[in-house]
Amino acid sequence: MKEVDARGRSCPEPVIMTKRALKEDEEIDVLVDNRASLENVQRYGRAMGKHVSASEEGTGWRIAIRK
Amino acid sequence: MELKEKPRLLITGAVIGVASVILTVLGNPQNMGFCIACFIRDIAGSVHLHSAHIVQYMRPEIIGIIAGSFAISLITGDFHPRAGSSPVLRFIIGFFVMVGALVFLGCPLRMILRLGVGDLNALVGLLGFAAGIGTGCIFLSNGFTLGRSSDETRIEGAAFPGAAIFLFILFLAVPSLFSFSESGPGSMHAPVVAALAAGLIAGMLAERSRLCMAGGIRDLILIRDYTLILGFIAIFAASLIGNIITGSFSVGFADQPVAHDKHLWNFLGMMLTGLGSVMLGGCPLRQLVMAGEGSGDSAAAVLGMLFGAAAAHNFSLAASAGTGPALNGKVAVITGLVILIAIASIVTVKERRKYERG
Repeated sequence: MKEVDARGRSCPEPVIMTKRALKEDEEIDVLVDNRASLENVQRYGRAMGKHVSASEEGTGWRIAIRK
Repeated sequence: MELKEKPRLLITGAVIGVASVILTVLGNPQNMGFCIACFIRDIAGSVHLHSAHIVQYMRPEIIGIIAGSFAISLITGDFHPRAGSSPVLRFIIGFFVMVGALVFLGCPLRMILRLGVGDLNALVGLLGFAAGIGTGCIFLSNGFTLGRSSDETRIEGAAFPGAAIFLFILFLAVPSLFSFSESGPGSMHAPVVAALAAGLIAGMLAERSRLCMAGGIRDLILIRDYTLILGFIAIFAASLIGNIITGSFSVGFADQPVAHDKHLWNFLGMMLTGLGSVMLGGCPLRQLVMAGEGSGDSAAAVLGMLFGAAAAHNFSLAASAGTGPALNGKVAVITGLVILIAIASIVTVKERRKYERG
């Protein structure tokens, strides 16, 4: 699984990194460390018609974006 | 129950719009229920960083927004001390965000409030703001970043909100330390308790909803997402209705309170603010909120805005109500645009090379 590490990135970079990664892979994991990014990346994934789920990991979250 | 994002944004926008109208009725200058740029500028004057006598006051709204965000983020666990994403660049960008706002005469939030009262100069400002955000989006989608922040200690995260609260206690305890305008916009203010309460509520709601004036247009351009712009629209609608009720609504370019009708400079001033806001990852309001959440990077941007406000008045960069910016202000806006575009270009080219190398 390709992993996009967007921890420490300010808004809206995690979304842009997700967008870029989804062009190459259909399924990815995105790591974020703040709630704004968590919401933005999930919203973007859903808007792209993906199945999105998130789980806490360390001090942040792992967002699984699946077909 | 946790509200969904969209209702949260709509409620936040509506409350801020209504609170702005109420603060104006209680004594704030017209169309200035909230203005992050103007109020930071007043604070800069109050702590003797500039000596423009008509714009000096310790605005409780600003302290309230930072403290409200700080308090609610501690309660909800959103408080996340972090820093290290190009703080000096953020200071410089914050500086020019403020210069642009003071040439237009208002931050993006006041721009919406001005629209809500019928000030068409704010529409020109909005076009410039959108142009600045569009420019920023070109850099962002090509890889622009100010770099990763890393975790900091809780004491570091609490330092900036703590300092803001300390400053406010000092203002209540020993007011003679500070300067206060006896005439002009700085002399017009709502009672301290009302202004502080409005700030606290706005700070808490903005923290929970991530309300951002720049983010709405940015997301619309970058990812066709209209969630954040709902907050923007709600503020406009609430202030429009409020102003119609209070009878302050009047459409036009001329004779709008604390505004000027120099279209080019309204456009370019807000373009500078829009570009800078996108580079910082949020508008001036959002920077205050994130500083309250423990971001040292946003604190650096806020300090840059404070310094920019002082410079704007010490070097005559700020526009005058009615007559617009003088030569110094025009030169400063152009210089700011050149500097921000240069920073963004250099960073973007370097990031692209890194990305292409894999």
